[in-house]
Amino acid sequence: MVPLSYYLVLSGFLFACGVTGFLIKRNILTIFMSIELMLNGVNLSFVAFAAHWHALAGQIFVFFVMVVAAAEAAVGLAIIIAVYRTRETLNVDQVNLLKL
Amino acid sequence: MTSSLNLWLIPILPLAGAAINGFLGKKSSRTAVSVIGLFFSGAAFAWALSVVLRVSLSDLPYREYVAHWIRYGAIGAPGSFSADFALYLDQLSLIMLLVVTGVGFLIHIYSVGYMWDDPSYYRFFAYLNLFMFFMLTLVLANNYLLMFIGWEGVGLASYLLIGFWFTKDSAASAGKKAFIVNRIGDFGFLIALFLIIQNYHSLNFTQVFAQVQTVPSETASAGLLTAIGILLMVGACGKSAQIPLYVLLPDAMEGPTPVSALIHAATMVTAGVYMVSRSHMIFERAPQALMVVAVIGTLTALFAATIGIAQTDIKKVLAYSTVSQLGYMFMACGVGAFSAGIFHLMTHAFFKGLLFLGAGSVIHAVGGEQDMRKMGGLKSYIPWTFGTMFIATLAIAGIPPFAGFWSKDEILWKAFSSPHGSWVFWLIGVITAFITSFYMFRLLFMTFWGDYHGIQVDDHGRAHLAHGDDAHGHGEPHESPMVMLVPLMILALLSVFGGLVAIGNHFEHFLEPVFGTGFTEGAGEAASSAKEYTLMGISVLVAFAGAFLAWFLYVSRPYLPQKIADGLNGFYTAVLNKYYVDELYAKLFVKPLIDGSTSVLWQGVDRKVIDDTVNDTADGARVISDNVRHMQSGNLRSYAGWIAAGSAVVIAYMIWMGVR
Repeated sequence: MVPLSYYLVLSGFLFACGVTGFLIKRNILTIFMSIELMLNGVNLSFVAFAAHWHALAGQIFVFFVMVVAAAEAAVGLAIIIAVYRTRETLNVDQVNLLKL
Repeated sequence: MTSSLNLWLIPILPLAGAAINGFLGKKSSRTAVSVIGLFFSGAAFAWALSVVLRVSLSDLPYREYVAHWIRYGAIGAPGSFSADFALYLDQLSLIMLLVVTGVGFLIHIYSVGYMWDDPSYYRFFAYLNLFMFFMLTLVLANNYLLMFIGWEGVGLASYLLIGFWFTKDSAASAGKKAFIVNRIGDFGFLIALFLIIQNYHSLNFTQVFAQVQTVPSETASAGLLTAIGILLMVGACGKSAQIPLYVLLPDAMEGPTPVSALIHAATMVTAGVYMVSRSHMIFERAPQALMVVAVIGTLTALFAATIGIAQTDIKKVLAYSTVSQLGYMFMACGVGAFSAGIFHLMTHAFFKGLLFLGAGSVIHAVGGEQDMRKMGGLKSYIPWTFGTMFIATLAIAGIPPFAGFWSKDEILWKAFSSPHGSWVFWLIGVITAFITSFYMFRLLFMTFWGDYHGIQVDDHGRAHLAHGDDAHGHGEPHESPMVMLVPLMILALLSVFGGLVAIGNHFEHFLEPVFGTGFTEGAGEAASSAKEYTLMGISVLVAFAGAFLAWFLYVSRPYLPQKIADGLNGFYTAVLNKYYVDELYAKLFVKPLIDGSTSVLWQGVDRKVIDDTVNDTADGARVISDNVRHMQSGNLRSYAGWIAAGSAVVIAYMIWMGVR
């Protein structure tokens, strides 16, 4: 059986990839994908723990996360389309009007 | 006890008048305002007279409970305190009552004529009635606290009336001066009241004096009663313009002349004398406090009289004369002759009220001019005013048989013969009497004899406007209307005959139930009566001498005064400038206070501490926000970076804590 730590390291790696992508990428779509990556990293740790402790709650939680992620993806993509229509760019550094 | 006298009506009636005129007077006609003002002050006088008729002397002192006020603890229990709205009528307050309502009513009548053309006619009568209310409260109160209400109230009315023409800067500041100087005196009065409460658990006259009576006289060493007495005297100094607080009274002449007559001559300024006499039980047991009263009174009498010599403003002369006469009253109280003090208070109310009203009539006649050097020869223009003022001058100078002679002589005799008296008081009193006679006749001669030095037609109208009086220009000095002359005549009658009540010591015997036979009647009356007549002769002689000197200098040899003044260069200037007392006070008290307030309170506390605290708080918030706002760049990735960094910190902390 694969030890729990393997899963967790992979999960952490995935999450770190997501964070790094979020921070360094300028394209909103890439950032969006980085968010999905982070969510999946977390999902992996959920299921890993669920398998390890034989507790179903972790697996149920993953379903919820997936549902929310799907909804979020729908809303997020809609926003991205709206932003592109008004600003004609997907570069986040140029979408910075909301400041003091 | 007879059926209720309804004393409470006496103060309440003028209050009603003040309220009606104050709230509705602006839209009413002058006639309506006059009717209201006169009706309510006249009604108070009528009611006071009816009280005199209904009350029999055996019923005095009469007490009347009006309303519940302050109650603390069970009555009579230790540590309890109570003060009610309750009135007290004895021989002393009866006299004060008649003087205040009677003279007050006459001055109300006079004011109808004097103030007729003033745009704020209604306001004047509202204030005047308000003053009557407070003065009557003061006089009728049965405890010190209610008396203090009246005491403060007359101060307020005085402030309002001195500053009646408040658009004139000098009037506004004179009002403030009077009020502030009164505060100093009130401070002493209040502390005296606190001492009384602390030690006697009451402010009720009857209760306090009953306890004081059991205390032995503080002859050997000064104690509580001496302290109370001196503090009460401080209060009296403020109200009655005695050294060192007399400075308020001359400036108070900025008010309309009827106000000077009513408040600053006849009634309010005598409140101090009344209060000291009311507290005679305390003073009699504190000989040193009594001595303080006598010394202050005597010094004030002389000091103010000398200033009066050189004044050229007709009202200022009368103001200093008032201060001086009040000094006489305190001298009388100070030697234990309270009834003589009250007697002089009464006659003084008559003749000084008359003098002020006469001066008002003169000022009215010459179109607002107050400088006596610009008058002269008015005798033939305004014969009635001249006649009445002449009587008043004879009265104040102490020429028999006019009122002032009787009262002043009584005081001088008591100052000499009383066990508390001394020939020093008598001598200074006689010198003052001489000076009084001199400056009063000087006033009379400068105003009514010689040639008229006034300015004609055009300048008159201007002078009038400046004075705030009626604006009609007029050429020759003219006699005042009847409504002003009648009060003059009545007061003149009182000034002639008012002193006769003293014959056979009637006045003194009348007040005996209040002051007791006391020590004013020395033993061996018959033996001393020869001495009394000698002293009386001297004071009459001195009065005539003063009058003669004034005649010599101002009628016979009118060029002499200037020469003498030049000869006495420095001294004359000092007298003319009132011994620079105002300047001295300005240097000693006013300027340090203003400087202290400016540098410490304003620049120091207010600007440096309060303002800077507020401003620095705001500045600090702005500086911090200025720095912090750069975090909100609008850049999505920087926000993400902050979140990531923050989570990293939290996680690091949790791991570190978890490891431990």
